[in-house]
Order: sequence, then structure tokens, then C-alpha cells
Amino acid sequence: MRARVLIRPKAGILDPQGQAVERALPALGFSGVSAVHVGRLVELDVDDATQLPSMCERLLANPLVEDYEIIENA
Amino acid sequence: MKFGVIRFPGTCDDVDAQLAAARVGEAELLWHGDRDLKGVDAVVVPGGFSYGDYLRAGAIARFAPVMESVIEFANDGGLVLGICNGFQILCEAGLLPGALLDNESLKFVFRQVQMDVVDRNTPFTRNCPPTLSIPVKHMSGRYYSPEPVQVVLRYAAGHNPNGSQDDIAGVVNIAGNVFGLMPHPEHAVDPLTGSEDGLTIFESIRAAVDERVRVA
Repeated sequence: MRARVLIRPKAGILDPQGQAVERALPALGFSGVSAVHVGRLVELDVDDATQLPSMCERLLANPLVEDYEIIENA
Repeated sequence: MKFGVIRFPGTCDDVDAQLAAARVGEAELLWHGDRDLKGVDAVVVPGGFSYGDYLRAGAIARFAPVMESVIEFANDGGLVLGICNGFQILCEAGLLPGALLDNESLKFVFRQVQMDVVDRNTPFTRNCPPTLSIPVKHMSGRYYSPEPVQVVLRYAAGHNPNGSQDDIAGVVNIAGNVFGLMPHPEHAVDPLTGSEDGLTIFESIRAAVDERVRVA
């Protein structure tokens, strides 16, 4: 099964990458943009999708500072 | 006493760490793929870019075979020093609390920093003066922990290079035998490089190990 894992900085933790992108967009003339956050995308083929949460907890994300979202059958 | 300095693919400060440790004792390199710690008295996890820092700094290195032995060594009370990437690895491995995030500036920082030694009762700082001048060089050194931690080093006022929470530069675990810091003591052991303050950390470890041997 093709799966996709989205990893984001946890709410409340300073996200300087998101802030940098947010500041850059108006410089290009795009207005009305706020709450920009930059995370990671991991795509993988996996035989047993029930293992995905454990993969996220142990390696793909750092649960202390990141949230993850698993999208199955991506 | 003998220090063991771990070398992962992508480590770059292993030789400096070995040379620094060799000023106060014996020092031997340990390969990431080996489980044998060769009877060392203290382990140094040095700086660099282990496994290319893929995914997150330290995320892959924590699963190296040698780290299984380091975790066992630490759980038995052995002294473990993690410098920069080594600090990141120890956090990822769960030997130290917290995490190291990208610098607030999003820039690589490379400069000499002043620090206050806020706890001089650890095996790593017992021989340190009240303040240290040691270089930092990193991209992801912004320490963060949602829980209170045992802080050992804080950047002096105006010297926080990365936006670290509460100016934290170095922490120990609850047992006090695992220490991680972002600055590089191994690069400050010779007057030629402008400071010898880093040597006091290696001397502290030496003194702590010698004392343990005397007591035993």
C-alpha cells in the first residue's frame, strides 16, 4: 500500500521556516497570507499499514516537537 | 583512564575530540558498526553530520549498533559526553531530555560564545571555572524541552546564538552521568585557538573517573 506521512512542527513551537516563508510571500506581491508552517512529507510503500504509527513514533517524527498525520492509500 | 570517541559516517569532529581527550588520558576511536566499547571509562559522541543528518539531526545515528552499547553503558552509570551532533543524537536516543531545533535565525552559526557554568557539581564540570569561552558551529542548536531539565551550561547574556530556551547550552540527565552541549569543548583546548576552557570539561571527566576508581 502506498502511504503518505505528513510531519508538522507542533503548535506553539517556534517555526522559523514557516515565518521566513510567510515574510517572503508579501515581498513577491502575495497578500493575505498568514499562519504558514513548513513540515516534511514522507511517502512509502508498506505491506502492513498497522506499523505506520510505530514507524512515526520511533523514527519518522520526533513526537516531542512534531505532529504526524498518516494518509493510507495515498 | 580511557575515552572512547564514536565515529559515525559523517562525523567530522572525532579526531579533534580524540586529541582533546588524549591530553588528559588515553583516547580510542569506536566505529559506529561495532558493539564493543573496548572497555573505555567514558564515551564521547562527537560533532558532525552523522548519516548526513537525514530526516533530523541524530535521528538515524541513534539506531547504530554502537548506540545500543552506549545506552547500556549509560544505564549502568557510565559517563557519556555528547557534543553538538552528539547532543542531538543523545536526545534522539532518549538518554537526554528535549530536542534541538533549527536555529531561530535559520542561519548556520559559527562563533565564540561565553557561557555560565550553572552547575559545577557534575562529573563534567567539577573542574570548570564559573564561565567558559568555547566556540559553537551548528544549524540546529535551539534547545527545547516541555519539561523542566537539569541545566548545566547557559549562554551568557547576549551570547545565545540560536534562540535556545532559557539560554540553555548544556544539560545532564537525571542521574547526572550523561551530558550534552552544543558548544565544542574539543575545539578549545589549546592557546593557539584562543581558549583552553574546553579542556576543563575533559579534565573534569578524568577527575570523576579517577575518583570512582579510588572509591571502588
